[in-house]
Amino acid sequence: MIAYLIRRFGQALLVMAVMATIVFFGLYAVGNPVDLLINPEADLAEQEETIRRLGLDKPIHIQFGYFLAGLTQGDLGTSFVHNRPALELILSRLPATLELAFMGILIAVILGIPLGMIAGLKPDAPYSRFIMAGSVVGFSTPNFWQGLMLIMLFAVFLGWLPAGGRGETVDVLGIPVSFLTWDGLSHLILPAVNVAIYKMSLVIRLTRAGTAEIVHQDYVKYARARGLSPRRVVGVHVLKNILIPVVTVLGLETGNVIAFAVVTETVFAWPGIGKLLIDSIGLLDRPVVVAYLMLTVFLFVMINLVVDIAYSALDPRVRVKRGKA
Amino acid sequence: MIAPVLSVRNLVTEFDTRAGTVTAVDGVSLDVGPGEVLGIVGESGSGKTITGFSILGLIDKPGRIAGGEVLLNGQDLRTLPEAAMQKLRGDRIAMIFQDPMMTLNPVLRIDTQMVETIRAHRDVSPARARDMAAEALGLVGIPSPVERLRTYPHEMSGGMRQRVVIAIALMLEPDLIIADEPTTALDVTIQSQILSEMQRLLAARKTALIWITHDLTVVAGLAHRVAVMYAGRIVETGPVDDLLDRPAHPYTQGLISSIPSSVPRGERLVPIKGMTPSLISLPRGCAFAPRCPRASETCHNARPEAEDISEARSLRCFHPLEMAQ
Repeated sequence: MIAYLIRRFGQALLVMAVMATIVFFGLYAVGNPVDLLINPEADLAEQEETIRRLGLDKPIHIQFGYFLAGLTQGDLGTSFVHNRPALELILSRLPATLELAFMGILIAVILGIPLGMIAGLKPDAPYSRFIMAGSVVGFSTPNFWQGLMLIMLFAVFLGWLPAGGRGETVDVLGIPVSFLTWDGLSHLILPAVNVAIYKMSLVIRLTRAGTAEIVHQDYVKYARARGLSPRRVVGVHVLKNILIPVVTVLGLETGNVIAFAVVTETVFAWPGIGKLLIDSIGLLDRPVVVAYLMLTVFLFVMINLVVDIAYSALDPRVRVKRGKA
Repeated sequence: MIAPVLSVRNLVTEFDTRAGTVTAVDGVSLDVGPGEVLGIVGESGSGKTITGFSILGLIDKPGRIAGGEVLLNGQDLRTLPEAAMQKLRGDRIAMIFQDPMMTLNPVLRIDTQMVETIRAHRDVSPARARDMAAEALGLVGIPSPVERLRTYPHEMSGGMRQRVVIAIALMLEPDLIIADEPTTALDVTIQSQILSEMQRLLAARKTALIWITHDLTVVAGLAHRVAVMYAGRIVETGPVDDLLDRPAHPYTQGLISSIPSSVPRGERLVPIKGMTPSLISLPRGCAFAPRCPRASETCHNARPEAEDISEARSLRCFHPLEMAQ
């Protein structure tokens, strides 16, 4: 198990290194940040001073060498725009995104799994058709438009919830969270729902497909033949078997929301990392973009690891293979 | 005569399909006494498995039990509400499925599945239920049962799993066990071990057993009486030795002639010509007539009714074979 974890970390480091190299040179090819950053009215001496301060006067391979040297000390570079360490900048925005992502996933799971199971158990019932039709709509509605409609309905017409921003936060272990205050929670609901609708549709479809397949398995009929209650048959024998595909997809989706919650964060003015990334790309703020993507890769690898571990908790047959993998 | 444990009268089970209503079980009547083993023999699709599920009331849509009585110790199970049937399944009537690889839930430990069965029917503590489970495993010849309880189904061989399923069936001392081809998926050596274990355990407990199989040789060694099914109907019943020595129905004769050991070495086997008829388009007359060497005009136009041909035997045939004395 420990050898397995070390190997997984090794893979993560390799992917991060390759990705950082590509992005570093890629952004260099896109354009020169100096053109965007420096006040055109500044005099030549001032301009040259800034370029030197940012390290942009050196050839690109030397810049890359500095970057690597910094990495060995855990320094991912300093933002050209904000003049703060890139990692610090990202980490300061990360809690907001994590909170949004987990809230969205939570809503998707709590509603999606039961709805999917209902639709899978009674595929021909009118309410099942309604659930599936709803999931198609949730699946295919563009995220930004859906966000705007949520704001229109709940913030503008009904006035129940605020239209944007993060609201009041409370520090828990030094991390600001908003779900513990009423104001924060009311700000969180709409963006979280906006994130949740697509995931929920996905969970519903996965759960329904899994349920419809598993209810016909011999072991489900056998569980009934042993006189178990329908609640136990569905809630234990069926549920535990459908969780495997659901956990896989949700794991990947969690990574997705964290890394690319850009649309929701923009529509709801949610101060997360997605918005930071878009702004940084626009300004060619290379250290932030590189650091952000490295962090994203790291997150994905970690999430995949958690998913793998969750598998072995759910499916005992995976555990045997673990030793050989 | 001792009152039968199970008495089925004119059981009819139908399935609604796109092509019309299919009668999978058509007027089946049978009796099983305490300690008696009844073999139901037939090819795939003859309705023998559906008969088993109909007795347990486990027919799912689009199927339904359309008529007849299922009397367990004199009580008609068809009039019982579902909640009462649930109490009865696994407790008074236990079922053993065909494929031990598919019967036990792969993601639940053996103890979980055994304990949940006991606690669905008996008001005992989890610890007591575990003791009962270990005892049942020991009874069916599983070595170190207490350790085995902690394992998952995939960690056991097919024969071991079938022993677990048999242990679960015997555990609550039911009045009747319905075994649906329980040894078909196993090696011949394991098969004979399990058969002799079953014989030993059942004889001691006076449990009635319905053994559903396509294998006449298994029936010959195990059953007291045999019912031969063809296309949803029982075509011939009788005491096992008598029926196998002097079959009266041409289909029974055909089944016997298909067994390799029934003819002297070197002589050709005599297969039954043709295929099992599709239940959707059964012939108007006797279902076996198109394949029957003795069929006459009558056979193609009218269905033979069941008639008692001796004290212990009954038959559905217009032109029975001579029963040589």
